[in-house]
Amino acid sequence: MTSIQMPQLGETIVEGTILKWLKREGDSVERDEPLFEISTDKVDTEVPSPVAGTVRKILVEEGTTVPVGTALMEIDEAGAASGAASGDGASGDAASSPASGAAPPAGATADVSAGAASSVGSSAAPPPAAPAPAAAPAPASAAAPAATAVATVPDRGPRSQILSPLVRRLAKEHDLDLAQIPGTGSGGRITKADVMAVISSGAAAPAMAPAQPMPAPSAGIGDEVVPVSHIRRAIAEHMLASTQGTARAWTMVEVNVDHLVKLRERVKDAFQERYGIKITYLPLVVRATVDALLEYPDVNGRLDGENIVRHRFVNMGIAVSYDAGLIVPVVKGADGMNTIGVARSIADLAARARAHQLTPDEVQGATFTITNPGPYGSIASVPIINQPNVGILSLDAIVKRPVVIDDAIAIRSMVNLSMSWDHRVIDGELATRFLARVKQNLESWDFAEDLGV
Amino acid sequence: MATQQVEAGAAGHGAEPRGKRGEDGQATYLIAIAEALWEEMERDERVFMLGEDIGVYGGAFKVTEGFIERFGPERVMDTPIAEETIVGMSVGAAMEGLRPVAEFQYADFMSSGFDEITTVLSRYHYRAGVPLPVVLRGPSGGGVRASSFHSINPEPWYAYAGGIKIICPAFPSDAKGLLKSAIRDDNPSMFLEHKWIYRRIKEQVSEDPEFLVPIGTADVKREGSDVSIITYGAMVHKALEAAEALAQRGISAEIVDLRTVYPLDEETILRSIEKTSRALVLYESYRFLGIGTEVAAVIAEKAFEHLDAPVVRLAPPNVPVPFSPPLEDAFLPQIADIEAAVDRLAGW
Repeated sequence: MTSIQMPQLGETIVEGTILKWLKREGDSVERDEPLFEISTDKVDTEVPSPVAGTVRKILVEEGTTVPVGTALMEIDEAGAASGAASGDGASGDAASSPASGAAPPAGATADVSAGAASSVGSSAAPPPAAPAPAAAPAPASAAAPAATAVATVPDRGPRSQILSPLVRRLAKEHDLDLAQIPGTGSGGRITKADVMAVISSGAAAPAMAPAQPMPAPSAGIGDEVVPVSHIRRAIAEHMLASTQGTARAWTMVEVNVDHLVKLRERVKDAFQERYGIKITYLPLVVRATVDALLEYPDVNGRLDGENIVRHRFVNMGIAVSYDAGLIVPVVKGADGMNTIGVARSIADLAARARAHQLTPDEVQGATFTITNPGPYGSIASVPIINQPNVGILSLDAIVKRPVVIDDAIAIRSMVNLSMSWDHRVIDGELATRFLARVKQNLESWDFAEDLGV
Repeated sequence: MATQQVEAGAAGHGAEPRGKRGEDGQATYLIAIAEALWEEMERDERVFMLGEDIGVYGGAFKVTEGFIERFGPERVMDTPIAEETIVGMSVGAAMEGLRPVAEFQYADFMSSGFDEITTVLSRYHYRAGVPLPVVLRGPSGGGVRASSFHSINPEPWYAYAGGIKIICPAFPSDAKGLLKSAIRDDNPSMFLEHKWIYRRIKEQVSEDPEFLVPIGTADVKREGSDVSIITYGAMVHKALEAAEALAQRGISAEIVDLRTVYPLDEETILRSIEKTSRALVLYESYRFLGIGTEVAAVIAEKAFEHLDAPVVRLAPPNVPVPFSPPLEDAFLPQIADIEAAVDRLAGW
């Protein structure tokens, strides 16, 4: 018998929600066949079966949020000899071994042979080997530990997961949800002062406690009440933590992209034909930005306690909106790609983001982020920094404007490039030099050759 | 035990300790100790002193100067240079009902009487049912360029013996009140006078002959809210200076002066931690197994759920006290070290 547990999708993920069971009790499964869909703070994904066999038992109901490592289902392996311990999942087996004195002898996982689900595990003194009715619904709460640790805190910095004994005690005594308290200590740690500030402000009621039923909201007649999704909650926490944890400043430059507009008009059909994807301005801006990041590595860094880490590579986060909200897939190693490579990577990531097929690894590790609200028509934006990045660049809409060139008024395609940046790490001069470099690249580079058409 | 009074008015005949208070009435630590001895010698004729050169010479640091003129050589007894004998004589005298106060020229030399102290003095009451009201006093501590034979903090060795109260005051008033309590206590005690403090620190000290400070009670020398500095002896004064500098930068340090290191006043320590949630344990005995090691363990064990940061220790390394001034300064915790440790703790 193999016990399937809530997987840990990323080192900072502590819990996940079962969105949907794709198999029912009694269903047969192939190895690698999807068993269920889960939602975590980072990503929604399907979880494949590690073994082939028959679903014996489902332990957690859809919609339930449980800590990583919680047993979710049991699968009887195909062809496994009766009574043999399964190869992996030792902890899961132990969890379901019977209470002492119950019938099965040592060696005990003892899947009682046949198809009908035998309840082996329920510890509350069942008559020995009493077969459970096959149709009995799986008790959802059986496997979910009663004490969901106080320690489910979003990753807001290298030390945000460190909870001192005092902080744990205060949170318990005052029934605080630590996930709602931003840490101002070093590395994002929640300090005594942070907790005391919440207690003294009187806001000591849990706001959005994970896996708790939502308190009945006060809604008027006709109002639509929509529960906060996992993704929405993660976005909310991330954005709030960034707003409260960075010294955000903002700078904008305007760029003459007339020649890029003309270039794109000229090559877009050939590009699509040759590479199978549309050429947009975004890859060009990414290329121009990567060059500036390599020139000004502080912008491509992060603050880590007492140190500033300057990354040797550029992992470009690209904000992508999709039906569930917003997600930031990462073009890994963007500094090693030409414009076509960047364009392909963005097209691939965006398509899979919208299809909910990103892996957790693909939404982590950005060293800088670009957001692209231009297609929706904005001409200037003040984005929130995607922590722990130092900056986020906004590419707004390209519009034709009258500009002064050589003391004459001309019509040109112009775009505003703006950046929100963390004043803790860099200053205005550097931020502006960086943006000026991006601008200079876009205005002076000849992308025609790079696009290969 | 009944107290026997010597004839009244003896002190009024011009006999008094040589060391005097200043014009302003303030007493140094050294004068306060001399006053405690003098008052208790006057109060109870069973009290007598013994030690090397404490009579005509007045003691290595002149604490007992003038005593022999007032109390005579039988109660201010010069001994050979033989510390084991000094302890042994004290034990014997106490068995016979006297209340000896033995002086050691340096606390370093107490270890020459180690066996008498740790196996006899500390356990005799337990073994024989006979209390031994002995006080062993000696100057301890470094910072005075006295090198490795004249600078140690021996309190952990003797605290470990288990039956001896170990007193390490930092202020003149505490020194006077605690020494008088020790002399009146029927249990053996060790009174360690930090020699760096002797003539550096002075304050108004009570002249009431019944002024006592209870053994085994710590004292908060400065109230604070951010970090507790648990310390004793000369380090109290360094901590107070550091706290002043820290306050300029907005960090409020509370300073707990243990005063007695055995038994430990856990209640006062824990009350302070409950308030500040952060502890720096600062001590001059060696870092490894020094007094602060026990303090840190008590905090970790009993105040765990009040801690917002790990307990931090600041103490000298387990090496001989260096003679070279720069090395001795590097060896002992300095004000800058304390500030740095508190900064790390406050920023944890």
